Amino acid sequence: MAVITRSARVPAVRAALDRLAAPVRGAMAALGYNPAGRAATWALLIIVVISFLAPVVVPEPPPDYANIYAPPSAAHPLGTDFQGADVLAQVLRGGQTVLIVGAVAAAVSTLIAITFGALAAYAGGWLDGLITGLADIVLTIPNFPLLAVLAAYLRLNNPLFLALLIAVLSWPTLLRAVRGQVLSLKERDYVEAARALDLGTLHILFREILPNMRAYIAMYFVLSMTGAIYAQVGLYLLGFAPLAGDNWGIMLNLAWYRGAIFYKNSFWYIMAPIVAISVVQLAMVTMTRSLEEAFNPRLRKM
Amino acid sequence: MSSIALARPDRAARPGIRALLARIVRNYYVGRLAKALLTIYLVTTISFFIVHLMPGSPVEVYIYTLIAQYGISYNDAKNQAAALFAVNVDEPLWQQYLDYLGQLARGNLGNSLLSPGTSVSSVLLAYMPWTLFSVGLALLISFVLGILLGMLMAYRRESLLDHLLSLLGSIFHSVPNYILGILLVVILGIQLNLVNIAAMRGSFSPGVRPGINLHFFLDALWHAEFPILTYVLTTIGSWMLTMKSSTSAALDEDYVTVARARGLGDWRIMTAYVGRNAVIPLVTQFAISVGFIVGGSILIETLFVYQGVGWILNSAIAQRDYTVMQGIFLIITISVIVANLLADLLYGRIDPRVRIQGESGG
Repeated sequence: MAVITRSARVPAVRAALDRLAAPVRGAMAALGYNPAGRAATWALLIIVVISFLAPVVVPEPPPDYANIYAPPSAAHPLGTDFQGADVLAQVLRGGQTVLIVGAVAAAVSTLIAITFGALAAYAGGWLDGLITGLADIVLTIPNFPLLAVLAAYLRLNNPLFLALLIAVLSWPTLLRAVRGQVLSLKERDYVEAARALDLGTLHILFREILPNMRAYIAMYFVLSMTGAIYAQVGLYLLGFAPLAGDNWGIMLNLAWYRGAIFYKNSFWYIMAPIVAISVVQLAMVTMTRSLEEAFNPRLRKM
Repeated sequence: MSSIALARPDRAARPGIRALLARIVRNYYVGRLAKALLTIYLVTTISFFIVHLMPGSPVEVYIYTLIAQYGISYNDAKNQAAALFAVNVDEPLWQQYLDYLGQLARGNLGNSLLSPGTSVSSVLLAYMPWTLFSVGLALLISFVLGILLGMLMAYRRESLLDHLLSLLGSIFHSVPNYILGILLVVILGIQLNLVNIAAMRGSFSPGVRPGINLHFFLDALWHAEFPILTYVLTTIGSWMLTMKSSTSAALDEDYVTVARARGLGDWRIMTAYVGRNAVIPLVTQFAISVGFIVGGSILIETLFVYQGVGWILNSAIAQRDYTVMQGIFLIITISVIVANLLADLLYGRIDPRVRIQGESGG
């Protein structure tokens, strides 16, 4: 904040800052298009900040075997787990990897989708057929069972590897949307004009067509993040990824298989990761709704 | 004279056959069928190479386990492994691959590694019906209910009911299905103690004989209750919301206004004019939904200990029973592909535009 007010005195810096801030402001306006979207964006921002601060600020909760499956108390606001460790500290610390894996998977899958979707629409012919055919095939194979089967062969102890694996299976939906959009935008006047000016395919693609698809891309990015979080937590829940470290998925697995279904006291032990994951997913889906409404005027009156 | 007479029909027939071939190739249904078959072929190939090319291929691992465990010779171990995996390990890879495809075409998926003497096909036959039953019933309920509620929401736009259903629909749509399943068990089963979760496990109660009678059906339904409830709750939201927006769009169309002006009954307008057009986007969504539900069955069936293919796939992966794993994965994928194909064919019937245009872009 202080930086902006001080530099605001210099007009050139101010203009540059404005130019940098414009897309962010635009995105924030679209995300907060309706009250629900605004609330969801704030909720997600708060969760992201907490998840990234907690591993630094909150120490790893030590096990205390005299005090296992404890109900909520002053010392342990959400009770303790199967080895007596504080649940609240685990929930606070457990968001970071979940969010990182989700974001990396979504980023990689968006990148694949944009590159090959645009390529397919632009190249046409057999390349188009090959890419869309491949997308259709990957789209029909049920992702989660394939991930689970692959988990039997591969070691998934590196979260980034897990993210890449999820990304490799989740690009087709966005690819089809990008291809369709590029196909229709290609015929617009301004693209025709750019072609007449001989601006080059890459320029047309990245400066003329893709900026007009920002809304779509942002929406699918958020949606594929929810998909990646679903798959990731699901793999942990079934125990197909190594259960080591702080992670909401691991918490869910341990709470489910080590007692929460037998002890009434452990209600908040299992509810903690459930609420965390559900709030993140709900916030992200609500954000995409808000984006959709902001960019698609036809939906507003419905 | 005679040569001309012979040549004439020939010349006429040639473009005819070519045009017919072109029509067959460009036919919507043929195209979809070909794509489905190609996908099935690719998936079987991928799963063959996953098993045989992965570092430490399961076949080799199994051979060395046999040698270590029973102290038998390499050749004996190899023969046993070959019988179990339904491949001949001595042959070159491409020959094994062709054998595998041939065996597969005859329905031989090999034998289970962990329970010798049990063929993968018999495992499938034992567990598949439960998944078909629960997933099929859930899809039917959520699709029909979703369409009806969606139309109701569109007809009563901005009413309290509309807002309430929209809210519930978005919440259930975004919460992962396994989380909803866990919530059902923890809240209804443990905290409130309303249902006996332990007794509901399995596909039917001990002592009840499978057969075509009401008693068995009700028992099977009782055991499938929670999986079905979870599938329905997590999928109905998207049906409702899509149906609402497509019905709203259809209601604004000119042909609906014209139909009203012509004095057609509300019921007829709702079914033949609005409904038929509004349901089109849902058919494509149906295909995606089938894949999602069947894929999610591995999680849901494991949570509820409902003994369908998802449950057996989970335990096969956990125990590294590679042949069962491969067979179940193949069948799950093939059934999703077939469901997709059916949805595509249905789409062609409901919406004549796609059939005539043939392959439509986007």
